[in-house]
Amino acid sequence: MSKILVFSTNNISDPGIDMAGASHMDYPTGVSVISVPCSSGIDPRWILHAISKGFDGVFIAADGTDCAYLEDCTTRTGKVVSAAQKLLEENGHDPRRLKMAAICSVCSEAFVNHMKRFDEALKKLEAGDENG
Amino acid sequence: MSEQKIGVFICHCGGNISDYVDVERVRESVEGLPGVRVAKTNMFSCSDAAQEEMISIIKKEGLDGIVIASCSPKLHQNTFRAMAKRAGLNPYKYTQVNIREQCSWTHTHNREEATNKAARLVRAGIQKTLHARALEPIVTKTHPAVLVIGAGIAGMKAAISLSKMGINVHLVEKEKEVGGLIRDRESLFPTGQDGRQIVRGLFEKIKAADNINLYLGASVVGKRGSVGDFSVDIRVSNGETVSLSVGAIIVTTGAIPYRPKEGQWGYGRPGIVTLKELLGMISSQKEFKYLRVNGREVETITYIYCVGSRDKEHTYCSRYCCTAAIHTSNIIHDKWPEISQFHLFRDIRTYGNYEEEYKRALSRGSIFIRFSPKTMPEIEFEGERPVVKVSDLLTSKEEIEIESDLICLVTGLEPSPNRELTDILKIPVGKEGFYNEIHPKLRPVETVVDGIFIGGCAQGPKTSQESTISAMAAAAKAGAMILTGSVKMEPFVAEVLSERCDGCGLCEGVCPYGAISIKEDSGKKIAIINEALCKGEGACVPICPKEALQIRGYEHETICSMIDALIEGYEDVSS
Repeated sequence: MSKILVFSTNNISDPGIDMAGASHMDYPTGVSVISVPCSSGIDPRWILHAISKGFDGVFIAADGTDCAYLEDCTTRTGKVVSAAQKLLEENGHDPRRLKMAAICSVCSEAFVNHMKRFDEALKKLEAGDENG
Repeated sequence: MSEQKIGVFICHCGGNISDYVDVERVRESVEGLPGVRVAKTNMFSCSDAAQEEMISIIKKEGLDGIVIASCSPKLHQNTFRAMAKRAGLNPYKYTQVNIREQCSWTHTHNREEATNKAARLVRAGIQKTLHARALEPIVTKTHPAVLVIGAGIAGMKAAISLSKMGINVHLVEKEKEVGGLIRDRESLFPTGQDGRQIVRGLFEKIKAADNINLYLGASVVGKRGSVGDFSVDIRVSNGETVSLSVGAIIVTTGAIPYRPKEGQWGYGRPGIVTLKELLGMISSQKEFKYLRVNGREVETITYIYCVGSRDKEHTYCSRYCCTAAIHTSNIIHDKWPEISQFHLFRDIRTYGNYEEEYKRALSRGSIFIRFSPKTMPEIEFEGERPVVKVSDLLTSKEEIEIESDLICLVTGLEPSPNRELTDILKIPVGKEGFYNEIHPKLRPVETVVDGIFIGGCAQGPKTSQESTISAMAAAAKAGAMILTGSVKMEPFVAEVLSERCDGCGLCEGVCPYGAISIKEDSGKKIAIINEALCKGEGACVPICPKEALQIRGYEHETICSMIDALIEGYEDVSS
């Protein structure tokens, strides 16, 4: 089981993730969600902290263009991701352990698919690390 | 912090959680963790009895904060914040952990792992409460106007209700006329009132009201902002775009009658009509001695129920059609009593007082024949008149043949094609395609987007009576919010940790709301937050090289302690 931390947003991606549950859509059980107001406010240092402490991957369920706070939320969240990937690399972690996708309030299916794919990708990464 | 005493309550939610998660094991796993004074389970945490019990525990134990692991915060965060307040706690010393939508309901096939996950989510919640500070909500003003989308009976009633409260209403209708589904219905059950007259009456009221702006042939093309302060773009009939400021939005976009596919039940052949088309025939021939179809006098009408309802494509019951069809047959019994009427049904759902319509039809000679969905009626077209063959479920499946002049397909309702609007408003759509409320009983007209309400058939098939009720409920909700003049917003705004801040000013440049400025304070440069301007999205947080900026409720320490708690949760299981 991959340990996946999802940073989700209270008003946009949380309802989408809730809807996946309400529709009994299954995704890997290793997924744990921490909700924040907006994906532009996620601190790269939290992501490094999560990976250093033992999470296999961090997924940012971003507000995308639906953000009620910012018109340029996608750009800003993109910057958070680049900064976090740099930080991960500097600390000896594979930057592929961080993923981001916009998850809207009705994007339950997209979220489930992302979780399944990310879980697989992290398992491969784990296997690759062991082989290498 | 370790001296804090908090209470953890884990909810069965009837069986919604405990059927898939071992709640007792979750309770045991957190009992005795640092700071946890009490750990209990509740059958229904939201029930009055459970709330009273939690309040007495909070008071008796002198708790500083609580965690309730139950449903989505969207459903009960406010309920339990209010409960915390009644118990003498600051509402923000409460954390709701979502172990239903984000755990039990999604991991229904893996009780072991679902239980482990619930336990670690609760651990993280405990950290959140332990790090939480007493806060007060921020109050912001609301724009004293409401946008109502869709001018069927629901939208019109909502608009008029709001108008009477003294609230400005913008009523937007994509068609060129108001009235929606009942615009050309002559007789509405149960009163027999003329739908066209009802629509006309409401339309007159709307025109007479000086605080309702009606936009016909118009559609919503954009939405920005949030509750209390939405900015909505409307493309009006001349192609121009108008921008409106509103505090709340009510969506009453209705539904559309299901249209059978060509050939389904013989639809498209002469004499095979939908209920709506039959009503049209009655309307145009009501002055005549005989009802005619293709020039022939109608002697027999056969109704086939549940067309486009309760099938693979539409798994729901459309609620109104049984009563509407029987109401129609009563009109025919009255006007042309010599016509024989056969009703082929799966279940007759003339609930409540609508039962009277059914009794009346029976007493006037309507014949009801029940069929099973496994043996659907068949229509043969060999002779002059189509013949309906049906196995009567109640007389040991005896096959009955009914030669009919007219076959009426009693069709259900489908969601309006609202793709664009849904994309703009971002309100959830259920698997049947209708808009979803937060909770059918507790918050029946609210959506997960604060300030956006739903009513009428946009929410699911309804009778016109039910549509009116839900639309007026939405109007009451929106109206109460607007008339209060303000909405309480989360107090989760940015703050500066002055001991860390070196006044570098990077944050000043990234704040999208101009809420940060750099000031000199006793010889030291420091960032200052204007809380009235700060929206709390946190764009400044990742920018600060010193970790000197954080959002209340989402402090660096809080988030990192939650991450640590989750990791401990994974490790606790594997060890």
